[in-house]
Parts: sequence; structure tokens; C-alpha cells
Amino acid sequence: MKKEVLIKKGAEASLYLQNWHNRKVIMKKRLSKKYRIPELDKTIQAQRTKRESQIMHKAKEAGVSTPIVYFVDLQNSTIVMEYIEGKQVKQILNEMSPNERTKIFTCIGELVGKLHAAGIVHGDLTTSNMILTQKGDIVFIDFGLSEQTWEVEARGVDLHLMKRAIMSTHFMYADECFKAVLDGYQKVMGKKAVAEILDKIAEIERRGRYITER
Amino acid sequence: MSNGYCLGIESTADDFGVGIVSFKGEILTNINNSYIPEKGGIHPREAARHHADVAGKVITEALKRSKIEPKDLTLIAFSQGPGLGPCLRTGATAARSLALYLNLPLVGVNHCVAHIEIGKLTTGATDPLTLYVSGGNTIVSAYELGKYRIFGETLDIAVGNCLDVFVRELGIKFEGGKAPGRIVEELAAKGKKYIPLPYTVKGMDLSFSGLLTAAVSLLKEKKCNIEDVCFSFQETAFSMLTEVTERALAHTEKKEVLLTGGVAANSRLQAMLKIVCEEHNARFFVVPKEYSADNGVMIAWTGILSYLHGITVPVEKSFVRTKWRLDEVEVPWVEKRSLN
Repeated sequence: MKKEVLIKKGAEASLYLQNWHNRKVIMKKRLSKKYRIPELDKTIQAQRTKRESQIMHKAKEAGVSTPIVYFVDLQNSTIVMEYIEGKQVKQILNEMSPNERTKIFTCIGELVGKLHAAGIVHGDLTTSNMILTQKGDIVFIDFGLSEQTWEVEARGVDLHLMKRAIMSTHFMYADECFKAVLDGYQKVMGKKAVAEILDKIAEIERRGRYITER
Repeated sequence: MSNGYCLGIESTADDFGVGIVSFKGEILTNINNSYIPEKGGIHPREAARHHADVAGKVITEALKRSKIEPKDLTLIAFSQGPGLGPCLRTGATAARSLALYLNLPLVGVNHCVAHIEIGKLTTGATDPLTLYVSGGNTIVSAYELGKYRIFGETLDIAVGNCLDVFVRELGIKFEGGKAPGRIVEELAAKGKKYIPLPYTVKGMDLSFSGLLTAAVSLLKEKKCNIEDVCFSFQETAFSMLTEVTERALAHTEKKEVLLTGGVAANSRLQAMLKIVCEEHNARFFVVPKEYSADNGVMIAWTGILSYLHGITVPVEKSFVRTKWRLDEVEVPWVEKRSLN
């Protein structure tokens, strides 16, 4: 491997940009967490590395773009994957017109629908984990907390967390954005599934702390 | 304006606390009287009865120790929510009586905001990412545009609640003043073997109910020694908390982390967060022990901040709000900053 450039030190992993067999790749190295005891740390690292690479592949089968996985090294908790040219949705949202925002969030909703229809929940659907490419496609990244499940509960939590992420980061237009997400989601999952998931989200929110409607 | 004194009453759960703070932020007294159940958890009615019994005594004692006269007071503040209805109403009644009798303005304070504000006052943190952990709450929050936004929280029980129930299952009676978290901490220090337990992090949210169920089952099976179970339980719960705090820190890019609430006193949790802060070049602050658990001082101080920004509540509208969320509260005293 040639020289590597650290491009992002996230909470979970460090991302290095490097040239790997003449390909521009991202090397995602999960960091050993010094605050965790080694036994717990190793289990979590290996589990998430394995799951992430497997689910990234499954997502593609479901029609959701994710980086191509070139190499997985479980010993070192490392995944070598395709570098995606583009910008995080979080970075560009403020520059968008309301129409563009609606369009992009409808598209995101469709993609989440496709994942859920294929039995995948992403687990961390923040706008930092979605990249808009120059061609206008949306690529989902960071499947580190994803799960394979068909449970409505898990899908509900997935969307609930997304709603919360939008509300805390893009509170100025959170309502319109989440509505667009649901519109897109409905295109894939159908009306009945959306009604079901909305009930679930409401139930999850009621389970939370200090909800006035309870 | 800067020469007043506020008396704050805290009564959201098992503690009845009275604090007196000057408008400059000097803490004159911090008196607390806790309801200790005979067995089991907090019975709201019994706790409220306790508060009613001790209210007069605690308020008198606070005034005596602060060396100021009732006529020197400028403001009365009380915890208006969130919390247990009967307990909140008892504290509110005491506060209303004082406000009416002394003819002073009344401020209703959000208990969660108060935990953050006392942390900022006592540590000097200015714009922190806050991990607020207690018997009733587990919240990762930071200020953005007028409110303390919630980035992560528990999806079911609070971590302190999880610790409390776990300790009761251990069969150890709460000794006077010794927090359940402290009991687990001491036992965990003697544990060596890690037993895998449910580790549930969902984005920046957490769930502790599965961990509690599994840990209690381990205790009941009696196959593992108690120290190892405590060790595993504590490592799992605190690693989860630290993970979501780190994720929120990376997401918000704040330069400070504040640990507050009753569970903040745990040294293992402090050590974990300290490591994260060092790695992210953030400054780490822990609320001093005497202000980590529920107290009247934090209510008094937040009452002052509110009052100086024109927030008061007429007695006839001072209903308690048992489910008042942190992110509903406008906090105009915090300097306006926007994301990025």
C-alpha cells in the first residue's frame, strides 16, 4: 500500500484516502477505543466490520448505491472501499432551494424504502452519511450500525432516528424534509407500510422520556 | 439588578433541596433532604409526603446558613418539571407560598436545563456538548439556535434507573447517602472477568432495558461472581454512553464536553469520557460532586438566568409540567450560535 492521507477522523473509524492498485480508495479503519476494555472492544470491532461489509453488498442488490468493497481485513478491523466523489448532504442542504430539498429527500426516502424492503436497516441515517455525487446520485455510506431485519420495530427506529437527526441538525426545514422522506418511502413500500411505520414511530416516541401526549 | 438573591427549590423526585444563589453566581447554601424508601424504588406519594414534612425545616435551615434574611431575597425559583407529579406539586406549593408571602416574582425552571446550567456555572464550560446522566434522564445535548437540542437519549429507561434496579436486585440495601452507582463502582473495581451483555446503541440513542434484564438474570443464576457481573454491567453501560457522546461530539464539533447529573460522580465513566476528549481535543468538565445529584442551587441559578431575561410565571399559571422535555425550553441567556 502506498502513502495514505487521513481525510476524516470520525467517532467510530478513521478514513484514509489512498491509491490501492491504481484505484482511488477509502481505507476505513475502525479504531480501537481506549475507553473500552479490550474484550468488549474486539468483539464490537469485528462484529461491525463484518456486518458493514456484508450489508454494503446486500444494499447494492436492493438497488441502493454504496461504495464497492474491495478488501476486508477482520484482524485489523479494516475495509478498503471505493472512493465516492461528491458532497455530504449535510454540507449542501443550506444552499438548496426548497424544491431541490424536497426532491433530494424524496429520493432519500425511496432509497431507505428499498433498504427496508430488502430487510436492511441502516442504523445511522444522518445527512452526514449520504453523499450526493456529481451525477446527482445519492450514495449511502457508513453501514457500521446496520442490521438485517424485517421487523417493523427496527424500521421504525431507523426512521425515528433519521427524523431526530434532521430535527437536530436541519431544524429550520425539518418538517418538509421528513415529509418528503415519507413520500419517497411510500413510493417503494406502499401506503399500508407507511401507515404502519408512522404508528410505530409514534409508539417509539411515546416510549421515550416525557412525551406530553402520553 | 446584579445585587439580588434567589432561593431555588428542587423536588422532582426523591430529593427535596433548597439552594440560595446570588445574582452574581455565588452559591450561599445548598441543603438537601432525601426520601429513603423502606424497600423498592421511589413511591411518588410517599416521597411527596416526605417533602411536605421537611420543606419548612429545609427552607429555614437554608436561610439560616446563607446568613441572609428572607427580606433580602429577590426571587423564588422551583423545579417545574419534568418529574414525579406529587413531588413536583409539593415543591411548587412551597415556592408559591414563599413568593406570595414575601411578594417576590416566581420562576418555573426545567430540571434538565438546570443540570446543564449548574455544570456550566461551576466548571466554567461555555458551549459544551453535555452528557446528562441521572436516575430519570440519559441525554446527550448541545445548544443550537435558542434551545438545548437533544442529539441522543435513552429509548427506554435512564442509566441511573438501570443502576438503581440492578443494585436492588443485588440485595444490598441503600445505605444512607451511598448512591447505588457507587455500590456498583466499588464492586466492579474488584471484578476481572468480562461477561458479554447486551450492548445497545442505535445511532446516538441508547437502550438499557435489555442490559438490565440480562444482568439481573446473571445475578439470579448465581453462576458468576457478583464482582464480575458488576464489572461487566458497568463496562457495558458506560461504554455505550461514551460511544454516543463521542459520536455526538464528532457530529456537533463542539470543543467542550460536560458531564452532569447524579451518575456524573462515577469515576469510571469520567475516565472513559476523559479519554474521548483527549482524542478529540475537547476540554472535559465534570460537575462537582455536591452539584451532580439533584439540588436546589441549580434551580436557583437557572431561575436567575431566566429572570434576567424576563422569564417569570404568575402563581396562578405555575402548574407543574411532569413531562416537560429539555428541547422544548427557550434559553435566551445562552449566546446565539448556529450550526457550523
